[in-house]
Amino acid sequence: MNDFLTLMKPELALTGIIFLLLFIKIGKGMGNERLLLLIQVLLLLNFLTGFFFNKPGSLFDGMYLTSGLIVLQKNILNLAVYLISLLFANWFKKSQHMPEFFILMLAALLGMFFLISSGNLLMFFLSLELATIPVAAMANFDLDKKRSSEGAMKMILSSAFSSGIMLFGISLIYGATGTISFTEIPLQLHGSTLEVLAFIFFFSAFAFKLSIVPFHLWTADVYEGSPMAATSFLSVVSKGTVAFIFLSVLYKVFLPLQMLWYNLLVIVSIATMVIGNLFALRQQNIKRFLAFSSIAQVGFILVGISGSSIQGTSSVVFFILVYVFSNLAAFAVADAIASKTDAEEIDDYRGMYKTNPFLSWVLALALFSLAGIPPTAGFFGKLFLLTAGASKGSYLFIIIAALNMIISLYYYLRVIRAVFMEKNENPIEKITIEPSTKLALVFCSAGIVLIGLLSWIYDYIESLA
Amino acid sequence: MNLSLLILIPLLTAILLLLLRNAAQVKWVALAGSALQLILAFVLLYTFHQQRIEGNTAQMLFETTYNWFPSWGISFHLGVDGISVAMILLTAFVVIAGVLVSWNVTKMTKEFFFMLILLSLGAYGFFISLDLFILFFFLEIAVIPKYLLIGIWGSGKKEYSANKLALMLMGGSALVLVGLLGTYFSGGVHSFDLLKLAQLQIPVQTQMICFPLLFVGFGVFTALFPFHTWVPDGHSSAPTAGSMFLAGISMKLGGYGCLRIATFLMPQAAKEYATIIIVLSVIAILYGAFATMMQKDLKYINAYSSISHCGFVLLGIGMLTKTAITGAVLQMVSHGLMTALFFAIIGMIYERTHTRQVREMSGLLKKMPFVITLLFIVGLCSLGLPGLSGFVAEMTVFVGSWQHPDTFSRTATVLACLSIVVTAVYILRAVTKIAMGPLTESFDQLKDAAWNEKLAAIILLAAILAVGLAPNWLINLVSPGAEIIMQKMQ
Repeated sequence: MNDFLTLMKPELALTGIIFLLLFIKIGKGMGNERLLLLIQVLLLLNFLTGFFFNKPGSLFDGMYLTSGLIVLQKNILNLAVYLISLLFANWFKKSQHMPEFFILMLAALLGMFFLISSGNLLMFFLSLELATIPVAAMANFDLDKKRSSEGAMKMILSSAFSSGIMLFGISLIYGATGTISFTEIPLQLHGSTLEVLAFIFFFSAFAFKLSIVPFHLWTADVYEGSPMAATSFLSVVSKGTVAFIFLSVLYKVFLPLQMLWYNLLVIVSIATMVIGNLFALRQQNIKRFLAFSSIAQVGFILVGISGSSIQGTSSVVFFILVYVFSNLAAFAVADAIASKTDAEEIDDYRGMYKTNPFLSWVLALALFSLAGIPPTAGFFGKLFLLTAGASKGSYLFIIIAALNMIISLYYYLRVIRAVFMEKNENPIEKITIEPSTKLALVFCSAGIVLIGLLSWIYDYIESLA
Repeated sequence: MNLSLLILIPLLTAILLLLLRNAAQVKWVALAGSALQLILAFVLLYTFHQQRIEGNTAQMLFETTYNWFPSWGISFHLGVDGISVAMILLTAFVVIAGVLVSWNVTKMTKEFFFMLILLSLGAYGFFISLDLFILFFFLEIAVIPKYLLIGIWGSGKKEYSANKLALMLMGGSALVLVGLLGTYFSGGVHSFDLLKLAQLQIPVQTQMICFPLLFVGFGVFTALFPFHTWVPDGHSSAPTAGSMFLAGISMKLGGYGCLRIATFLMPQAAKEYATIIIVLSVIAILYGAFATMMQKDLKYINAYSSISHCGFVLLGIGMLTKTAITGAVLQMVSHGLMTALFFAIIGMIYERTHTRQVREMSGLLKKMPFVITLLFIVGLCSLGLPGLSGFVAEMTVFVGSWQHPDTFSRTATVLACLSIVVTAVYILRAVTKIAMGPLTESFDQLKDAAWNEKLAAIILLAAILAVGLAPNWLINLVSPGAEIIMQKMQ
C-alpha cells in the first residue's frame, strides 16, 4: 500500500487535482481570475512534489514501472504544463470553460504519465488512448472558430487511424512472441518477417503521434486551428512524451531489431528534417511556421535517438527539457500578440522591436535556441543530439543534419529580421502582458540561457539515464 | 595569469551594458571595458614573455581546466601560445578602435555596443580555448552579433547581406562541426581536448575526410575561394565598427582555425591537400586584386582587397614551412590592423561626405588633413611599403614559400607576388583621386577628425608601426608556435 502511494505519486497527485477541479466546476461561483490562480498554485505544488520521495520500483506485476529517469521525465512534463498555465493566462481568463480545459489537459497528462510508466503493451495502449482523446477535445476549444473544429476533427480521425495501426502491430507482436510484457518481448524477438512487419506497424503509429514524415500531414492544420494553449501542449508535452516512449521502447523492447530501427530512423529522420524545413520556409502564419519547424525539430530528435543507448537517452531528455522552454516561450509570445491584435502573420511582426522590446527579445532568444545558436541551451541540445547520432559513424547522415540546421536558421532569421530590422509605419501596438505571463517568460528566458551553460543539469540527467 | 579573465571582462561589460539606460553611460562603459581588454592583452603579452624568458617551453602557457560536461569528454580547457597571444592583441586593438569610432551611434546605442562586446567575447574565447567543443561554441557566438550589426545598423541592401553572411558562416561552421565530430570519434578517446587529440595519431583515412571539412569550414570565415562571396556584401553593408570587426577579427577566426585545428591536428592530410589550398589561395589573391580594380565604392575596394590579402594567410598555411606559417600569422595581424584602420577611415570620410564613391570626391586633403594622411599611410601599408606591417607579413610569406624548390610552388609564389603590383595600381589611383585635385564645392564645410576618431586611428596606427618597424618581437612570439605545428609534420 505504501509502495502504491509513493511509486504512483505523480499520477495520484494529478488525479487529485482533476477531481478537485471537477468539484469546483459543479459548485459555482469562483471567478476565472481566482480559479486560475488556484490552478497555478496547484500545478506548482504538483511540480515541486515531483522532486521528493521518489524511488524506483514496479507495481501490478510489472505493468507499471518507475525509475529515476521516468520521474524526471514526468517532472519535465509537469513543468511544461505549469508553464502553460502561466504563459497563456490571458487566454485562460477570457475562456468560458477554463476548468474543463484544465481537466482535459491534466487527463491527457495523466495518460502520458501512465504511458511513460507502462510495462506491458496493454497498459501501453490504454494510456495512449487516454493521452490522445482529450487533446482532440482541447484542439476544439476555440468554440466560435470553424478552423478549430476542423483541426480537432482531423486530429481525432488521424489518431483513431493510428491507434488502429498500433493495435494491429501489437496483435502481431503478441502473435509472434506470445507475450505482452516489455521485459519478455525482447527475449522472444529473433528478427523474423512477422516481427519486422509488426514493428513497422508499431513504428508507423508512433510516427503519426510524433508527426514524422510521411505521417505529418495533420500537424500544420491542427496547430493552426487550435487555440495556442492547446497547440503548445500538443507540440511540447505530447511530442516530448512520445519521444520519451520512443527511447524506452526502442532501446529496451525492440533492442534485438536494432539494425532495422537504426536504418529506419536514419531514413525517416532525414525525410522529416528536410520536409519540415522546406515547408517551414514558405509559411507566413506564425502558428503554421512553428508547426513545421517543430516537425523539423522532431527529425533532429530522431538523430539523437538513433545514437547509442545512454548518450542517446540523456541527450534526448536534455533536448526535450530545452525544447519545453524554447518552444513554449515562442508560442507564448505569438499568443500574447495574437490575442491582443489578431496578428498572426510574420509580416505583421515587422518593426515590433520599437514597440515591444521585451517580447521581441524573448522571441529572439527562443528562436535562437530553436535554431541552435550559442550561448542558448538549444545549441547544447542540438550538439549533443548530433554527437550521440554521430557515434554510429555515418558522416553523410550528420552532414545532412548539420546542413538542415542552416536551412532552419534561414527561416528563424526571417522572423528575427522582421522583428528587428524591417521598417514598418504601423508596427503592432504596445502590448501589456499579464504579470504571471511576464514572470513565466522571464523564467523561460533564464532557462534558455542557463540550462546549457550549467553543465550539472545535463550531468544529472545522464546520471539517471 | 588567469585566462578566464579574457572571457569574464567582456561578459561583465556586456551585462553591465544591458543594465544601463543612458546612452552616454553606455559609451563610457563600453570604452572602459574595451580599454580593460587592451590592458589585459598587454599584461598577457608581458607575462607570456616573462615565462618564456624564464625557460618555460611548454607548448601552451597559463593552462587552466574547469569541468564542463565531463561525460562527453568536454572540459573548459584554456591556454595560449604565441600565435594566440598575437591574435588576442589584435582583437584588443580592433575592439577599442571599433568602440571609439562608434561614438556617434544614436540608433539603439545600448544594443549596438552590447553586440560589439559580445562579438569580442566570442573572439577571445575562440583564441584561448584548447577544447574543440568550446572553440566551436565561441566561433558560433561570434556569428549572430555580426548578423544583427549588419541587419540593424547597416546600410544599403543590409538585410540581404546580413542573411548571406549569417547563412554562409553558419554553413561553414556546420562543416567544422562535422569535422570535429569525426575527429572526436576517430581517436578512440572520445575527447574534444586539442592537446590530447594532438598526441594521438588520427588515422590517415579519417584525416582525409575531416581535413577538408574543417579547412573549408574555417575557410568560409577567411574568404577561401570560392566561398568568399559574403565578404563584399557583408563588409559594404555593415556599419563602420561592424566592418572593422568583420575584417579585423572575424576573418581571422577562420585563419586561426585552419592553422590551429585543421593543419595542427591532421598534418598528413594537410600535406596531401596542400596543392589544392595553394591553387585556391592564389586564385583568391589574384581574383581579389583584379576585382578591386573594378570597384568604385571605397568599402567594396577594401572588401575585395581583403579577399586578396586573406589569400596570403591561406597561401602561407598551404606552403607548410615554418617561415610561411609565421608569415601567415603575421599577415593575419597586419591585415587585421590595416583593414580595421582602413574601414575606420572610410567611415570617417563617409560620415562627412555622405558618399563612398571614389569619383565623387577630390581634394579632400585640404579639408581633412588628418583623415586623408592616414588614408595614405594605410594605403601604403596595404600595397606593402617597407616600414609598415603589410611589408613584413607578405615578405615573410614569400620567403617561406620560396623555400620550396619545386616549380609549382615557385610559380604560385611568383603569381601571388604579382598581386602587389595590382594592389599598388588600385590603391594609388583611389587615394590620389580622393586626396588631390580641386576640392569638390559641396565639401567646403567639412571638419577634420574628432577626438575619438583621432584616438582610434592613432591606436591602430601605433600597432601597425610597431609591427612594421620592429617586427622581431612579433616574429619571435609567433614562430615557436609555427615550429610546433611543423614538428608534427615530420
